[in-house]
Amino acid sequence: MLLVIVEHDRGVLVEAAKEALTFGRALAATMGEDLEAALIGSDDVDLVAAAGEYGAETVHTCTHDLLVDYGPDAHGAVIAQMVEELEPAAVLACGSDRGNEFMAHAAARLDVPFVANCVAVTPGDSWSMTRVQWGGSLLEDVTLDAEVPLLTCGLHAVAAEAGEAGAGDAESFDVELDDTVTVTMVKDRVVLEAGVTLPTAPVVCGGGRGVGSADGFAPLEELAALLNGRVGCSRAVTNNGWRPHSDQVGQTGTRIAPEIYIASGISGAIQHWVGAMASKHILAINTDREANMVTKADWAVIGDLHEVIPAIIDEVKARRG
Amino acid sequence: MRILCCVKRVPAPGAKINVTADEQDVDAAHLGFTTSPHEECAVEGAVQLTEEHGGEVTVMTLGTSDAEEQLRYAVSVGAHHAVLVDAGDNTWDPQRTATALTAAIRDAEAAHGSDGTAEPFDLILFGNESADSGGFQVGVRVAHALGRPIVQGIKGIEIGDDTVTARREIDGGFEVYELPRPAVLGVKEGLNLPRYPTMKGRLASKKVEIGSVGATADAGGQARLRLHRPEEAVSETVILGTGPEAAAAVVDVLDELGVL
Repeated sequence: MLLVIVEHDRGVLVEAAKEALTFGRALAATMGEDLEAALIGSDDVDLVAAAGEYGAETVHTCTHDLLVDYGPDAHGAVIAQMVEELEPAAVLACGSDRGNEFMAHAAARLDVPFVANCVAVTPGDSWSMTRVQWGGSLLEDVTLDAEVPLLTCGLHAVAAEAGEAGAGDAESFDVELDDTVTVTMVKDRVVLEAGVTLPTAPVVCGGGRGVGSADGFAPLEELAALLNGRVGCSRAVTNNGWRPHSDQVGQTGTRIAPEIYIASGISGAIQHWVGAMASKHILAINTDREANMVTKADWAVIGDLHEVIPAIIDEVKARRG
Repeated sequence: MRILCCVKRVPAPGAKINVTADEQDVDAAHLGFTTSPHEECAVEGAVQLTEEHGGEVTVMTLGTSDAEEQLRYAVSVGAHHAVLVDAGDNTWDPQRTATALTAAIRDAEAAHGSDGTAEPFDLILFGNESADSGGFQVGVRVAHALGRPIVQGIKGIEIGDDTVTARREIDGGFEVYELPRPAVLGVKEGLNLPRYPTMKGRLASKKVEIGSVGATADAGGQARLRLHRPEEAVSETVILGTGPEAAAAVVDVLDELGVL
């Protein structure tokens, strides 16, 4: 049996969890094993049903007083116990911040290897896999010698797709947790902005060094607001202090996946590109026709963003009357 | 307050990362080297905390003697002590790295203690993941081996009486964690904006004596076969126009995509 840890946040399914189930369904088929799922800290019927729709035969639900909110060590402890009691052939989660974190905790507790951000996995007597390095600019083929492989699949390694549904039978898993796991449990949450955020925005208006200053972002803000989008930026911009780091798109910033990424004055260094490459469409605005961002874009406008963006704003307003 | 920062020397990539002919490493012939970005912020964060609360910062790396460059850089921006855990080469897997670092940390803590009692670092900072291999686990493994709590993804640190409060960015806000010390944190770029070295710092970095300790640890279960570049998506870029006159064509595209 292949066990997929289905990530959720206080009962809300995380999008990447669907990718992990999709990735896991194909892997389980290759292994000739059943796909089973685990929900840590929830037995919500909708979550169980979702895991079933994506092919899980059994959904192990695990609720406990110490699992009411996210805690990496608590999650790691649950997964370690599941490995020991359910004896899965392998365990998979999505390569989100939390997924990579709790799988590392489980691996540390079990003293087994953990391979993060796989994009292809070949099971067998000896497992091998291809995994992401440098945030996606390089790939590494590795072999794995492990009693039970613990893996995450890289974000957007596959597109989430419900396939042949599994039985989706919920089964309660009794866990024993030590109070020490509460030490790393979320104590408080602060919401700074409601609504559309950078990772979920359908439109991202990104600015790079070419924007020239903090004030230079005002037209990008206006365009983003008009399109129900968000402003993003390159690392050069945050290093100059023009934008907060939370706006940074890239390997060490946020991964975006909008319907369209409008990248203005961004050369497209590899560290930025890996954060933007999951965008469904890219439109580059740049004075340099040979810039990486221009050559990788679906569409480009060659010109000064300080002239082009106000013209786009005017055109959007004019069409809306 | 004694803080340890574990850092990694990584190639500073340009627009493209090439692989060596034997496919075992990044071809660094035309690249400089730098400290992995998350860890550069870890050093800055540690220095800021000791400026506020007093104390000293030790920086540690596992790698070859070339990594002394990154240790000295950390001293030039305010770290006080530097330790090289000499691995001899750069091929160590995450489990092996964690085992060797754990041993080196135990040694450093024992050396600082007295009467046979080790004195733990109040805080150990790792980068959330290294910029190159991105294994997302060395800090977590070290924390478990030392029996200390760790939370990853940290972009804000405050020191309490015997706690450390850490902020982690989530979509649309942040989570707050409160850990008893000694604790370990995996930090992310954005924790701060690292300073540049001062002249005084540069002099200190030249003079600092770098402690070197040997490293022995068994290989873990993950072994590299080869590195390769992903297939690049070839895009036939459609040029919509030049300058502001292209605005109408841009808005046509937005309309077509249904985002207008």
